Amino acid sequence: MTSGKTTHVRRIRYGLWFLVTIAALVIGGAYFVRTIGVREPPSVTTGEAAIRSEFSLIDHNGNRVTEADFLGRWQLVFFGFTHCPDVCPTTLAYMANVLDRFGGEVERVAPIFITVDPSRDTPEVMAEYVQAFHPKLVGLTGSEAAVAAAAQSFRVYYERMEEETAPDGYLMAHSGHIYLMTPEGRFEDVFREADQSAEDMAVDVLARMNGK
Amino acid sequence: MMKILIAIVVALWAGASPTLAEESVRVSDAWARASVLASRPVASYLTIESAVEDRLLGVTTPVAGHVMIHAVEKDGDVSRMKHIETLEVPTGERITLAPGGMHLMLMGLQDKLSEGTTFPMTLSFENAGEITVEVSVLGIAAEGPREVSE
Ligand SMILES: [Cu+2]
Ligand SMILES: [Cu+2]
Repeated sequence: MTSGKTTHVRRIRYGLWFLVTIAALVIGGAYFVRTIGVREPPSVTTGEAAIRSEFSLIDHNGNRVTEADFLGRWQLVFFGFTHCPDVCPTTLAYMANVLDRFGGEVERVAPIFITVDPSRDTPEVMAEYVQAFHPKLVGLTGSEAAVAAAAQSFRVYYERMEEETAPDGYLMAHSGHIYLMTPEGRFEDVFREADQSAEDMAVDVLARMNGK
Repeated sequence: MMKILIAIVVALWAGASPTLAEESVRVSDAWARASVLASRPVASYLTIESAVEDRLLGVTTPVAGHVMIHAVEKDGDVSRMKHIETLEVPTGERITLAPGGMHLMLMGLQDKLSEGTTFPMTLSFENAGEITVEVSVLGIAAEGPREVSE
């Protein structure tokens, strides 16, 4: 009685598995055929392909610069703001650490810090701030619209958060990525401070700079 | 019975700091990054451990007008600082405030914090009361208090 029931249940289970397998094959097959047939452009699968380096901003010496001024060098680009107590100093100190590991190759690199808080981060403020981290670091600021356009081209998100106890009553939230752009200004990769040591990032970036 | 008593005494001694043998909450490795620019908020980090459940109610320091407990919420690749009113300290758990995560945010600083200096900070706990620690000001590139001792 008990064993007969078990066999019956087992038979139903095998039957169900058979149906599931057939369904999976049919759906999978249809998907495969569709994918092959349609030949979607690669940009659809990676949002990163849409990241471009395009901006018209003011550097920390007060000069107007665009992406063209940095072509020919590998660019490390990070967005943040000088009132940030945690992520920005952590990331910029990390970037400085990476730069120190490039040795003479550092001349082939342009490290760039773009503020998302331009009303407070004037060129003078940016000058004092970036120089505290690394002599090679370039600080960029501009009008709210120019900064928004730059962030848009890098697909960087930022927002103003009202916080009454913060200086001037607000904080900025922003993504913490360091973008590596090629000397032609194309997107190469994205790094985050927490993901690898400065040494590992330096080795990785140097390998790409030397075509490995 | 005697063995158990000895074990308890040893455990208590092991967990106690040299100054206050009866304290339940331990605050250690308090540090802050030096200010890069004046009048900017500064983050301070430390480790809290407690033998019994407790709650951090507030933090004060003479160097800042206001101290907030901030957690960091990750939303995709965006980090948002979130003000938390009180911080639960569960029994036996070690809570480490560190860069990129939870921190004590010092706002309204009277002066820049300079590397190599220290300042007092008082943490108020629901059960343990007030605990004052000396916070070491490390360089702007510091990642933690351990680098100093090396
Ligand atoms: Cu930041
Ligand atoms: Cu904060």
